[in-house]
Amino acid sequence: MERTPYGFLLVSLGGFLGAVARHAVDVGVGGVLAAVWSGGGPTVLGGTATGAGTLVANVAGSFALGLLLTRASGDRTRLFVGTGALSSFTTYSTFVSDAVALGTPAGAWYVAVSYATGFAAAALGLAVGGRDR
Amino acid sequence: MTVSPLVATALVGVGGALGAASRHWVGLRTEGRRSILLVNALGSLALGAVSAAPIGSTAALGLGVGFCGAFTTFSSFAVETVRAASETGNRAAAVVAASNIAVALVAFLLGSLLVTGVFG
Repeated sequence: MERTPYGFLLVSLGGFLGAVARHAVDVGVGGVLAAVWSGGGPTVLGGTATGAGTLVANVAGSFALGLLLTRASGDRTRLFVGTGALSSFTTYSTFVSDAVALGTPAGAWYVAVSYATGFAAAALGLAVGGRDR
Repeated sequence: MTVSPLVATALVGVGGALGAASRHWVGLRTEGRRSILLVNALGSLALGAVSAAPIGSTAALGLGVGFCGAFTTFSSFAVETVRAASETGNRAAAVVAASNIAVALVAFLLGSLLVTGVFG
């Protein structure tokens, strides 16, 4: 299944949705922050690089993937939702880009906070999913 | 240049679909943790290059936010790190966590420097 064209199609469709959802979260969170602070920050790819939107997507996606991997029964769900949507909803490259744009020491804190909350979320997802099984 | 929300969605989505399929392709050829490190390093190198390149916001959305964003992954990385801790111990998890950020950071800066060197 995972090596077939159908498998790649499922991953691609999931990837489309995951990337679009991440962009929506980034724009949404960025909009809220801009309204609250009304100040400029470093810009990356046309957006303000607070990293907040990426952080929200990464933490939520890590929890959901932990949950999925312990609960998902079929290959189709794993490929579409896991490898496709959730893995594309979260991102490492934009996370690094935001950390660099924030500079020191804010960037180092951003990495530390992302790691701590991301790992906790993944562990929670795995624990919740693995319970009563 | 401002990109309309519909065009932005299409660009990010198509980039994301290609990024996810490419990551899946790498994943079929490389073992778990190594494949995550590989895609995160390559994707960060590419994003560093895209960020520094004199391209418009349209291309940046598709290539940067869409492709590089979806090609790299944080959730699989987080789950694998947690699993490494429970299966092999905290030391193994620390190696996974530290190697990803170190390699991806160097890759991003390298990608950015290479493009700046060419165009700057």
